Amino acid sequence: MRLLIVALLLLGAAAHLLLPLGPLREAQMVDPGLADLILVELRLPRTLLVLGYGAVLGVSGAALQAIFANPLASPDISGASSGAALGAVLGGYWLGVTQPLLLAACGAVGALAMLGLLVALAGRRADTATLLLAGLAIALAAGAATSLALALAPSPFAFYDAYDWLMGNFADRSLAQAAAALIPASFAALLLFRRARALDLIALGEDVAASLGLKPRRLAMEVVALSAIAVGACVSVAGAIGFVGLVAPVFGRYLSRGHPGRAMIPAAVIGAILLIVADLVVRAVPLDRAIPVGVITALFGTPLFVWLVVTMRRRVTA
Amino acid sequence: MTSLFARQLAIAGRLRPTDLDVDAGELVALIGPNGGGKTSLLRSIARIEGAAGTVAIDGEDVDLAPLARRRQLLSFLPASRDVAWPISARDVIALGLDRPDAERIDELIHLFELEKLSDRPVSRLSTGERARVLAARALVGNPRILLLDEPLSNLDPYWVLRFLDIFETAAASGQAVIVALHDLTQLHRFDRALLIADGKVQMDDVPAGLMASERFEEVFRIRQSAGSWAIRNSVDRQSSL
Repeated sequence: MRLLIVALLLLGAAAHLLLPLGPLREAQMVDPGLADLILVELRLPRTLLVLGYGAVLGVSGAALQAIFANPLASPDISGASSGAALGAVLGGYWLGVTQPLLLAACGAVGALAMLGLLVALAGRRADTATLLLAGLAIALAAGAATSLALALAPSPFAFYDAYDWLMGNFADRSLAQAAAALIPASFAALLLFRRARALDLIALGEDVAASLGLKPRRLAMEVVALSAIAVGACVSVAGAIGFVGLVAPVFGRYLSRGHPGRAMIPAAVIGAILLIVADLVVRAVPLDRAIPVGVITALFGTPLFVWLVVTMRRRVTA
Repeated sequence: MTSLFARQLAIAGRLRPTDLDVDAGELVALIGPNGGGKTSLLRSIARIEGAAGTVAIDGEDVDLAPLARRRQLLSFLPASRDVAWPISARDVIALGLDRPDAERIDELIHLFELEKLSDRPVSRLSTGERARVLAARALVGNPRILLLDEPLSNLDPYWVLRFLDIFETAAASGQAVIVALHDLTQLHRFDRALLIADGKVQMDDVPAGLMASERFEEVFRIRQSAGSWAIRNSVDRQSSL
């Protein structure tokens, strides 16, 4: 099973990098250097960004679910992604931030603010209804604030420009932009992976974890901050993408036999695969203009989300 | 031989400053009315966040013990039987160990008769079955002190007696076992009982001595009558309505 998934990841990454082959072959005939240029300057940043962003959504989704002890916690439903979008919009269109790494920091601050608000509103280990309602309220408020910030932005093109990336867009990102998202995100993800054991133990309850010498409150703050950094940085470069962070951990936990902490690595791999597939779909759709990736993930993710809610309800009533 | 040496244990609003010494091999019951402070005392010994004071186990300060060492010193079994994730019974028991030890886990599975349930997700077990799995998790690491909050609730009569046997065996092997308890009919199985109410230890005696005392009846608001328990001062209670 594990081998199959890794093979799937490699296959997806290769397909994403090389397809469509046509332009590459033409360039190869004209000038071999041009083909390399297309691969390294255009294709590679996009592939890396998609892989990295998908993995970040998987890891942070799994970590947030472990901390909230709830399979419905995730970067999008907690409002972290919307907060990151708001942070990036404010930074980019109001403060005039153009440096990608600074923009990533704006995204992280926005995500952190919303996650902090969620913890304050719902509390850790909130019941599902409270978590969903608080997360929804925060996401809606952040979305409205983002629209407002765009409508009133100094640049009249802000709205049009933002539509292009807010719902997820990987086209025409430079290597520098990919690095600005992926370097902080990788650091945060590594630090999250190091907390796998602690997040497994917290499955036994915060009191048991504390009796074993862990600090559940500090762990929760660390997970929230690291998830915000990872997601915020990615959103600032490629927009807010829903459902991957919700769905990938569910499959991740199948592979970790239910362990919420150990699920982080498989969730990362599965998140990367899901986003690669979604972006391949975007590129394959024969339309004049690109569909945002977030639309694809939402189209496929919504039924899965509904299934998750139904199975959870069945478990509660059983 | 003193195994547990606790000084000035306290939790704001729940437990007043308390000292407690427990010998290795002692089987201690914590009894008292709801909200009296039994759980708070266990939590403060387990050093769960917010607990003041110091706890030394075999002379070692628990707060200073590194994570791996801490498991060898104590384990805490909460009254809640909730496990949020569908982890198998075997894997839940394994979480009680610092490194995997299949042989030791099999011992516990055998001890708690979990052979048929060991591969099932704990979230799908009955509350009583889950109680056995979680107790096995608490015992698997062989810690010096076992802190068990209401381990006997939700158990059928067979398992109540089996759990008491298991606690006695643990005590006989030199572990100190501290158990919060509601069922007074099992109190005679313990070496020592602490009566806890209003956030402090009211009495500390052998079970028979404790149950015979006036203070015991006062605190619990019950009295012994014809080999059973009856509500004390039922007239007062009615008049206060």
